[in-house]
Amino acid sequence: MSFLEVLYFIVPSAIFYAAPLILVAIGGVFSERSGVVNIGLEGLMVIGAFVGILFNLLYADTFGSATPWIALIAAMFAALLLSLLHAVASITFRADQVVSGVAINLLAAALSIYLVKRIFDKGQTDFITERFSRYNVPFLSDIPIIGPLFFKSVYNTSFFAIGVAVLAWFVIYKTPFGLRLRAVGEHPMAADTMGINVTRMRYIAVMISGGLAGIGGAIYAQTITNDFGHATINGQGFMALAAMIFGKWHPLGAMGAALFFGFAQSLSIVGSSIPIISEIPNVFLLILPYVLTILALAGFIGRAHAPLAIGKPYIKGQR
Amino acid sequence: MSNRATNLLVPIISVILGLLVGAVIMLVSGYDPLKGYAALWNGIFGDLYTIGETIRQITPYLLAGLAVAFAFRSGLFNIGVEGQLIVGWFAAAYVGVAVELPKIIHLPLAILAAAVAGAIWGFVPGLLKAKFRVHEVIVTIMMNYIALHVTNALIRTVSDGGDRTGNIYASASLRSEFLQNLTEFSRLHFGIIIALVMVGVMWLILEKTTLGFELKAVGFNQNASQYAGMNVNKNIILAMVISGAFAGLGGAMEALGTFEYVSSKGGFTGIGFDGIAVALLGMNTPLGVVFGATLFGSLKYGALNMPNAAGIPIEIVEIVIAVIIFFVASGYIIRLLLLRASAKKKEAK
Repeated sequence: MSFLEVLYFIVPSAIFYAAPLILVAIGGVFSERSGVVNIGLEGLMVIGAFVGILFNLLYADTFGSATPWIALIAAMFAALLLSLLHAVASITFRADQVVSGVAINLLAAALSIYLVKRIFDKGQTDFITERFSRYNVPFLSDIPIIGPLFFKSVYNTSFFAIGVAVLAWFVIYKTPFGLRLRAVGEHPMAADTMGINVTRMRYIAVMISGGLAGIGGAIYAQTITNDFGHATINGQGFMALAAMIFGKWHPLGAMGAALFFGFAQSLSIVGSSIPIISEIPNVFLLILPYVLTILALAGFIGRAHAPLAIGKPYIKGQR
Repeated sequence: MSNRATNLLVPIISVILGLLVGAVIMLVSGYDPLKGYAALWNGIFGDLYTIGETIRQITPYLLAGLAVAFAFRSGLFNIGVEGQLIVGWFAAAYVGVAVELPKIIHLPLAILAAAVAGAIWGFVPGLLKAKFRVHEVIVTIMMNYIALHVTNALIRTVSDGGDRTGNIYASASLRSEFLQNLTEFSRLHFGIIIALVMVGVMWLILEKTTLGFELKAVGFNQNASQYAGMNVNKNIILAMVISGAFAGLGGAMEALGTFEYVSSKGGFTGIGFDGIAVALLGMNTPLGVVFGATLFGSLKYGALNMPNAAGIPIEIVEIVIAVIIFFVASGYIIRLLLLRASAKKKEAK
């Protein structure tokens, strides 16, 4: 296999694996930039995946090939509702945000499997029939090198994810809303003094993170696994959390990190058919994203700074 | 109402609310909650066998709870108990199958190996926290996944490509014929004694030693501890190492007592994450952990009876546990409501 052929093989698969990670990591950026830790991304993804698959199975006959996209909307609202629970606990009830996130993860995993067993009478759902399908982008896929790399047999969801990342960058860095969001996460008291409603901003941010994580989970389920069971998401949410940190809480950074982690994931899956890479024991590729995240945090790969007010509930009038 | 009473009431109210939410969910999804909870009760206390199995299930929960609670007392959030438990499980099982020694050496060696493995896994986030101020929550989450993948790879290597090791030698086993005979041949093993001893050890360290005093001081206020001449960094690392050792011992319970082997895992055991619930419910005290572990261990084991006896998926119990965590974490609001209620009572008087 020539080097170029290897690239043609790996790059599309990396982008394919990265799409859900990008969306969920961007969700994490919104929440954490507002000062709310969201360990619950994993659970929000699980609910998104479950509702996405369930909707797809129930309404495939009604909506036909549009089903996966409408399922994304259903998944978004379901995860948004669950994230509200996290928001209420960690913003209004002043709960420890990490603990609340852990509870979200436990709850989502248990609730979704409970419902699967109730509805399907077995441990996982049936396979969906309407899925996102690959296609070649007209004209663009004919460009030499770039065409086969980025535009041949791609999923629309990948473009969607990258679009959301760019949009998130614009919202967070170029709009008044984004400025307020960052202010609330860095110094809520100063923001409050300037008339920004800290509680409202944080609620909105957590709900955005919930919605995006839900979409991410539904995309993952409808492109990669095509059914839902207890092992469907299996750590993707935490991987997205890692991508968010590795990308230094910046939307485009998070996208880059997610693409890289997608690359590592696809290598660990398709790598065995590629010379040289098949020589590397699989375990190193599997742990690579996590090791890199730790190194990034420790400052070996540029210092990563979390938003200043992260993890602390804002209590009016308290110094 | 005194502060102490409210502190005790918050977990109790949380548990009651959790069970109520569980009942509502069962009701809404068309199951009979009374039948469900009856099946749960029988699954825990039905006969001597189930009681033995319940106590067996409580054992690793005790140690996982201690691990989380110990780190909490020093102001650290160890989400990595899951990973530390997995490496401990592997280390104990490996020592159990690799060599055959007299029991008096072999068993302590296997237990020690688990504690050391867990301690090493806790050392890394401790060191990074102390030296680079890296938040331990993220590092321990990442270490969980590294533990999962690394032990799976090691199991494949050790077992020549298989997905589980052979059974450990009897000389490394915690199994006890006495306890088994007592409980109609459940898998109850001596690990429960080790776990209870560790509860005492944690109490001793925290309440009776200088080390414990310093650890708690660091947990309350790092700056004040530094000013008082304590080595904050050393204490942070020590807290994580000891916490990891507790978690590693939890793994040893599974390796040497319950299963007597280690198999590669598709996902986490969940014991480490439930340890967070145990510690929270127990308000991070050794005695509290005993209560928390007893409750959650019983619920977890009892749930296994629910599909057969009442046709209800076991996940209902995990939902209940998650809801309990929510309420305990939101203790602020429960306290507020309690305060208002007691204030009203005073006015009425």
